[in-house]
Amino acid sequence: MTHDVTLAEAEAETVTEMRVEHDDDPRRAKRFLFLRNGKALTGIGILLFFGILALVGPWIAPYDPNQVSADLLQPPTAAHWLGTDHTGRDILSQIIVGTRGVLVVGLIAGVSATILGVVVGVTAGFVGGAGDETLSALSNVFLVIPQLPLIIIIAGQLPTAGGVTVALVIGVTGWAWGARVLRAQTLSLRKRDFVEAARANGERTWRLVLAEVLPNLTAIIAAGFVGTVTFAVLSQVTLAFIGITPVSDWNWGTILFWAQNNLALQRGAWWWFVPAGLCIALLGMALTLVNFGIDEFVNPRLRSTGMNARLLRRRRIRPRIGFTPVLRTGPSPDRPTSEERS
Amino acid sequence: MTASTLHVPTAGPGAGDPVLEIENLSVDYGYTDDATHVLRDVSLTLHRGEVLGLAGESGCGKSTLAYAAMRLLPPPGLITSGSVHFTDRDGTRTDVLRQSDAELRASRWQDMSVVFQGAMNSLNPVFRIGRQIADGILAHRPRTTRKEALEQAAGLLEMVGINADRARDYPHQLSGGMRQRVMIAMALALDPQVLIMDEPTTALDVVMQRQIVEEIADLRERLGFSVVFITHDVSLLIEIADRIAIMYAGDVVEDARAQDVYRRPRHPYSSALLHSFPPLRGERRELTGIPGAPPDMQRMPPGCPFAPRCAHTTDVCREVRPALGPTALADRGEQEAARRVACHLHDAAAGRGGGSLPAGLAR
Repeated sequence: MTHDVTLAEAEAETVTEMRVEHDDDPRRAKRFLFLRNGKALTGIGILLFFGILALVGPWIAPYDPNQVSADLLQPPTAAHWLGTDHTGRDILSQIIVGTRGVLVVGLIAGVSATILGVVVGVTAGFVGGAGDETLSALSNVFLVIPQLPLIIIIAGQLPTAGGVTVALVIGVTGWAWGARVLRAQTLSLRKRDFVEAARANGERTWRLVLAEVLPNLTAIIAAGFVGTVTFAVLSQVTLAFIGITPVSDWNWGTILFWAQNNLALQRGAWWWFVPAGLCIALLGMALTLVNFGIDEFVNPRLRSTGMNARLLRRRRIRPRIGFTPVLRTGPSPDRPTSEERS
Repeated sequence: MTASTLHVPTAGPGAGDPVLEIENLSVDYGYTDDATHVLRDVSLTLHRGEVLGLAGESGCGKSTLAYAAMRLLPPPGLITSGSVHFTDRDGTRTDVLRQSDAELRASRWQDMSVVFQGAMNSLNPVFRIGRQIADGILAHRPRTTRKEALEQAAGLLEMVGINADRARDYPHQLSGGMRQRVMIAMALALDPQVLIMDEPTTALDVVMQRQIVEEIADLRERLGFSVVFITHDVSLLIEIADRIAIMYAGDVVEDARAQDVYRRPRHPYSSALLHSFPPLRGERRELTGIPGAPPDMQRMPPGCPFAPRCAHTTDVCREVRPALGPTALADRGEQEAARRVACHLHDAAAGRGGGSLPAGLAR
C-alpha cells in the first residue's frame, strides 16, 4: 500500500517510470486506484491527521486546556505556541483537545443521518404506493423544518446536552435531503432492465435491494455521508459558538465562543480565533476533497482522466467529448490552424 | 438483400478524386502506457462519389476508424499519429487532425456528416422533427431565416420519403424506420461531401433495411456525396458498396472493389468471412465459419493478428506483421493491380505469378 501511495506522488515524473510500474503488475495498480488520486489522497491525509489528533489529543496537549495561568492574552510565544486567552489558558491545547469533540460529533451525526436516509429513501423508492407517499411526506416535513432553530430548541431542553446528544439531534434532523435524493435514484433504478430481469428471475425483494440497487447508490450515499459530516461539524461548532452546549466541553466552537465573548477581534487577538477557524475550514476542505475523490473513483468516465490528470497535462491532452485529442510529437504543437493547399 | 438492382454501378474507384485520405492513423484507448492500441497505422482513401464499405467482426475497429477520422471518439480515445486529409470541392486540402475546435465545428455536418449507430434514439423527444433538422441548418447558415430552414427541412423529409406534413410530428409519432430516415435527412441537410453511416440499418427489419439502402443509393446518385458504410452485414455491403475494406483487429486486411472481394477474396480472413454466410444465388458452397475468436487487443501477438485462426499460417506469419500491399496476382490486369491486401501469402507468391497461393485465394 505504501508502495502505491509513493507511486501516486511520483506518478507523472517520467513516463518510463510508469511503464516499469505497469509491467510489474497492472492489476495491483488498479486495485488502489482510489489512493492514486491526488485529491482523495490529500483529503484522507488531512482527515488522518485530525483523527490521530482526536485519539491522542489529551496526552500530547502541552497544557490542560482549563488551566488558568498568569500569561493573560499572550500572542504566540515559545511557551504557548498559539498564545493564551484572557484567563491565561493555552489555545493550542484547547484546539488539540477540542478535535475529539468535533470529529466524534461529525462521525456519529453522519452515520446516523446516512443510515436513516438510506432506510427511508430506498424503502420509499422501492415499495412505491402508500408507503412511498407516507415516507416522502415524512421527509418533506423534515426538509421544511428550519434545522438550526430545531437543534437549538432540542439541545436547550436537554439538561445534559453532551456531544453525543448533539450528534444524534443533528442526525435525526439532517437525513431528509439524502433520503429524497436516494428515493429519486431508486425510483429510476427500480425500472432498469437489470432489476426487472432479477425480479423476473424470482429474486427476493431484500436481495433486489441489497445486490441490485444499493451498489448503484454507493456514490450518492458516500457523497451524502461526507456532506452530512460537514454539516454536522458546522452545526456543532455553531451551537458551541452561540453557547447552547456546555462551555466546559472543548471543541473548536467553544474556543470561538470565548473569543467572541471577550472581544478577541476588537482586541486584535488574532491567535485566539484564526487557528480554530482554519481548523474548521481545513476539515471541511478535506471532506470535500474526499468527496471529489469518491466521485472520480466511482464514475468510470471521470476515472481515467481523473487518475492521470498530471500526465495528461504534460502531454497536452485535453479529453473532451466530441473533440478527440490528437497527440502532437512534432516541433509545433497546438498549431491552431493549418490549411494546407495542395 | 438479393436484388442486384440495388447495386448502382458508378465510376469505379480511381476515377473519382480522393475526398478523404486517412494515412497511418493510430488510435489508443487510454492515456497511459498501458493504453490499448486499437488502430495501428491504418490507411484508407475514400474517393468522390464512392460508397466505401467497412466490414469485419465486432470490435475490429470499424467505428473507431470512422469516428477517429472525424475526431468524434469519446474519451479515453486518443489519436496518437497519422493524418486525415479532407479535400473540398474546390480542391482545398485540410488536415482534420490539425483543425481547431471552431474550424472543426464549422466543417462538421457541412463537409462530413454522420448517421450514428442506433440513430433512432438520437432525436430529442420534446422537439418536432422539422425543428430539429432546421436547428442544424440555422447553426451552420446563420443567414437563413427560421421559416426558410423549416421549409428546407420539409423538403429534406420529402427527399427521404417522408411526407412533408410530418415535419410537425414529434419523434414518438414516427416508426423506427422513419426516425432512421429523419436522421439520414438531417445528415444530408447541408449537402455534405462525405457521409459516414455507422450501422444505419442494424436495428431494422429487412424490409426497412432494403428501403433505406435503396434510398441511400438513390440519393447518392442524385447528390453525389461519398459514403462510408459500416456494417457487420457483408451481404448487404456487397449490394450497396463500390469498394469494400475488410478490417481485422484494428487493421485493414483487404481493400478492393466489392464484386472482387465477393467473388475473388485474396485474404484468408475475407475468404473465411464470406464463407460464413450462405449466398442466396450463385453456386452452392460450403459454410465454414471462422474458428477461434479475434485476438485480445491489449495483448496483441507479434506477427499477423489473424495467424492463430488462419489455415495457411507459416512461420513468418507468427513473427512479422504483414503490411497492406499489392496482391501476388497484380500482373493480371489493371483491376487486380488496384487491389490491396495485407498477407504474407502474397509476399511469398509475388515473384511466382501467384502460383503458390492456396486455390481459394487465387481465383
